[in-house]
Amino acid sequence: MKTNHELPVTNHGPRTIIDKIWDAHCVRAESEDAPAILYVDLHLVHEVTSPQAFSELRARGLKVRRPERTLVTLDHSTPTLPAGPDGKLPYANASAAEQVASLERHCAEFGLTLHGFGSGSRGVVHVMGPELGATQPGMTIVCGDSHTATHGAFGALAFGIGTTEVGHVLATQCLLQRRPKTMAVTVDGHLRPGVAAKDLILHIIGVLGVDGGTGHVIEYRGEAIRALSMEQRMTLCNMSIEAGARAGLVAPDTTTVEWLRGRPHAPKGETFEAAAQAWLAWASEPGARFDREVRIDAAQVEPTITWGTHPGQVTPVGRAIPSSADPQAQRALQYMGFAGGAPILGEKVDVVFIGSCTNGRLSDLREAAALLRGRRIAGHVRMLVVPGSERVKREAEAEGLDRVFREAGAEWREPGCSMCIAMNGDQVAPGQLAVSTSNRNFEGRQGPGARTVLASPATAAACAVAGAIADPRELDVLQEEAA
Amino acid sequence: MKPIRRIESRLAVLPTENVDTDQIIPARFLTTTERSGLGRHCFADWRYDKDGNERRDFILHRPELRGAGVLLAGRNFGCGSSREHAPWALLDFGIQVVISSQIADIFRNNSLKNGLLPIVVSEADWQRIAAFNAQSIAVDLERQQIELPDGTTIGFSVEGFARQCLLRGVDQLGYLLAEDAAISAFEAQRAA
Ligand code: SF4
Repeated sequence: MKTNHELPVTNHGPRTIIDKIWDAHCVRAESEDAPAILYVDLHLVHEVTSPQAFSELRARGLKVRRPERTLVTLDHSTPTLPAGPDGKLPYANASAAEQVASLERHCAEFGLTLHGFGSGSRGVVHVMGPELGATQPGMTIVCGDSHTATHGAFGALAFGIGTTEVGHVLATQCLLQRRPKTMAVTVDGHLRPGVAAKDLILHIIGVLGVDGGTGHVIEYRGEAIRALSMEQRMTLCNMSIEAGARAGLVAPDTTTVEWLRGRPHAPKGETFEAAAQAWLAWASEPGARFDREVRIDAAQVEPTITWGTHPGQVTPVGRAIPSSADPQAQRALQYMGFAGGAPILGEKVDVVFIGSCTNGRLSDLREAAALLRGRRIAGHVRMLVVPGSERVKREAEAEGLDRVFREAGAEWREPGCSMCIAMNGDQVAPGQLAVSTSNRNFEGRQGPGARTVLASPATAAACAVAGAIADPRELDVLQEEAA
Repeated sequence: MKPIRRIESRLAVLPTENVDTDQIIPARFLTTTERSGLGRHCFADWRYDKDGNERRDFILHRPELRGAGVLLAGRNFGCGSSREHAPWALLDFGIQVVISSQIADIFRNNSLKNGLLPIVVSEADWQRIAAFNAQSIAVDLERQQIELPDGTTIGFSVEGFARQCLLRGVDQLGYLLAEDAAISAFEAQRAA
């Protein structure tokens, strides 16, 4: 490990995983006058937040310092419908097409490998990195995208940056950063059956508040976290930014190691075993102190959804929408057309979206399909299922999930961000209510005037069948009543 | 980047909390490959009706607030995505300073890199400043103080390195590029 720190970088007590990764990546430690120079192991790039950074490099005559540490894909502005008979992709508009073309040109010009159309590996950037095995424990990972925290599931320090910083990383493989504060979110006990990782993170955001994590990196720990699969950990870490945190991570364990074994970018053979030992050593040392500690009881978590216009406005699906005189809550209720104190169950749903870097992986599609198998979605509901990557799409089709969705009345689409950000033309109409497995329910996030309820894949699927907000645990009951 | 020392402008109070980057600039305007010209899309969904006409009831369209360069915003301004289009849009719209009791991390970082000054004040100071809505105030980065029309001041602090960069109008990429040898040494040591 490196030793060229000019200043002592940390106190000598036991260190958290966050501090350990930080210290190991300081080209220069921070001082009062200057932030640290932090080395970046993996830089993920997509078409929306990179064009101006490449222009800057070109204007200054700079090269990409480490093309092999740069992973590029197309996801945000890409259509989710296949090419038409003329072979052309149905872009929402000329500027979306130009943005994709511009990244294709930049990759050629700067010598970067593009996981683009026809590569077989294209996908939402935070779905693709892990499934390639490019995301590994102990790494620093950045992307011009706030949901980079997803990669924290592997015990990596992964966070979002702006376009100017994308330029910094392309040119120097480094960033200027101040050391973040640390927070431990410990989840004790076991999640109850029918409660998903999405429900847990919505619950946690409700506890912390949308700005509760500001300035911090969260380590999720405790019995309930250890029991989560890698996919569930990704869903959890993904939404750390929704509590305002820079990043969230889970220490690597055997679940992490086994998930990485055999992935294309993971080490092979004996090198893998050595790497696995090194990965496990990143865990926080016993007795490490965090700047803030929060405890959550897993048994208290129920299927949870949002009722307002930010991801901290949450409620267990079966309970009433909280009533509050707070003007911010009032504003949110007015936008959503909901009443404080009223149940949210039974609110009519127009659109259901399954996908995104939060819940667009194979396990998410399986959970949704399990509820839809042999059922049909309500006649008035439009349901879009968008796999998170080409690989997810292939694997889902191999097990026939596409048929389950189609037979239930849903649309099965090509991979991309789609209705999570609604910049590729996949939009919710003004006033419509969408239940979405994505991560943001901001005003207009899914299209101007669109109203969004965030939920797990199972809850979203149950809502599609019921045609209204529903509790996935009660779907059978609902069906019988309707019959 | 132009150096910033002191900004004198009218104050506009936008009390809404948790103004996210999707409100500052909706995602459908992110297909641009430029950084200029985004001001017309700033707060687009609040500013225009469905036919594209300006809404009179949008707070920053009040005659006395038009053209204000200092925005006093509700808590947790700039939360949400990492889009640097948000500070680009605000600057192009004419906002030079954002003051709030909490500013989201990535937005604050992005703002500092573009010469949009993000200032965090206490809730009590927030209330004091809000009393001067639509009046002219001064923000002095050199002295790190807000000067209110009644002659009183409120101190603030901006991270030292970023502040020096703003005062001198230098960008941080030049600083990093100058560290090339240290970066190479770090890479060599890790490879060993
Ligand atoms: S799926 Fe949504 S949150 Fe994830 S990268 Fe795409 S737009 Fe961002």
